[in-house]
Amino acid sequence: MDFFVGIKGKDFVMVCSDTSASHSIINIKQDEDKIVPIDDHKVFCIAGEAGDRVNFSEYIIANVKLYALRNDTELNTKSVANYTRGELATALRSSPYHCNLMLAGYDKETGPALYWLDYLATLNKVNTGGTGYGSYFTLSLFDKMWHPELTVDEAVAMIDAGIAEVKKRLVVAPPHYMIKVIDKDGVRVLKTV
Amino acid sequence: MSIFSYNGAAIVAMAGKECVAIGSDLRFGVQMQTITCDTPKVFKIHDKLYLGLSGLLTDAQTLHQKLMFRHNLYKLREERDMKPSTFGHLLSNALYERRFGPYFAAPVVAGLEPDGTPFLCGMDTIGAIETAKDFMITGTSPESLYGMCESMWRPDMGPEELFETVAQCLMSGFDRDALAGWGAVIHVITKDKVISRTLKTRMD
Repeated sequence: MDFFVGIKGKDFVMVCSDTSASHSIINIKQDEDKIVPIDDHKVFCIAGEAGDRVNFSEYIIANVKLYALRNDTELNTKSVANYTRGELATALRSSPYHCNLMLAGYDKETGPALYWLDYLATLNKVNTGGTGYGSYFTLSLFDKMWHPELTVDEAVAMIDAGIAEVKKRLVVAPPHYMIKVIDKDGVRVLKTV
Repeated sequence: MSIFSYNGAAIVAMAGKECVAIGSDLRFGVQMQTITCDTPKVFKIHDKLYLGLSGLLTDAQTLHQKLMFRHNLYKLREERDMKPSTFGHLLSNALYERRFGPYFAAPVVAGLEPDGTPFLCGMDTIGAIETAKDFMITGTSPESLYGMCESMWRPDMGPEELFETVAQCLMSGFDRDALAGWGAVIHVITKDKVISRTLKTRMD
């Protein structure tokens, strides 16, 4: 079961995902990087049906790149989020993509942004978000600890607390996690747990 | 589980003396889990026309985008805003086009006609339109909302009184609804301005 959480801070977005790749009851690998970069300042965290996840994310990333090449300008986070929603919504009534995802990005003009999308193409801009069972345990915790002037250290503390809660209470808790941060300098791995 | 109660919503619109008010709750949830408390379900089409959409939020978002598109094209061609009554019929038509694969959204349209008379209408998911002189509601707890509105509504209320009435009806209506609530936003539309107020309510 995939675990993704995202937290928007003062001038950054932090995302955390588990790093296990599994098929039914078997763990294939424990160091899979599931936070997929769209471009220098945006990432996707996609959870759901195996084929749909990869297919859909590659499709969106390719189209974002194509737009950048054709128009010589990068799309901002809001545009990518709405474009993604449009693609999910169009496919919904023919051959739906069964994936829930979060889009985290940083734009020079507008700063950090975090978007939550579910498989039905419901789009929401959020301050904290998560998908999967993990979100049941972490969302209330984040509600309590989040504030608009969040720093990187405070966000890491929040995520650590969330991971501790998941490991303690979730029966099928993944063992390893990766935390990435997106800010004006791009995407980088902050730490692995 | 019904597809109309997957996300949850509560929307109330009322007519007063040369003014209308429309309000919705702010909860966004997926079945029993609440995701955010800042998702209004009332959208502005133009200064004198607001649209409330309950039901499945993805269809509400898609419909809102399609209607904004239609209205923007209309504005370019006609060089004026669309009348609320026209918009209501446009929406009804758009919904019936999808009769055998419908949008799972039930709209409420609230606006002021160009001569200042209030306009209220509501539809079901396939566009069966009904206009009303008093109030229109939609959401996951219609019985509560109808009960409150029927008792509280009076003709010829002014903007401030109308706001209070809509606020009380909405808040008491969604208090008994697990899937709606967590704050409310109410827009009061008069001939020269729109006053939007966000309410802090019980967060449960």
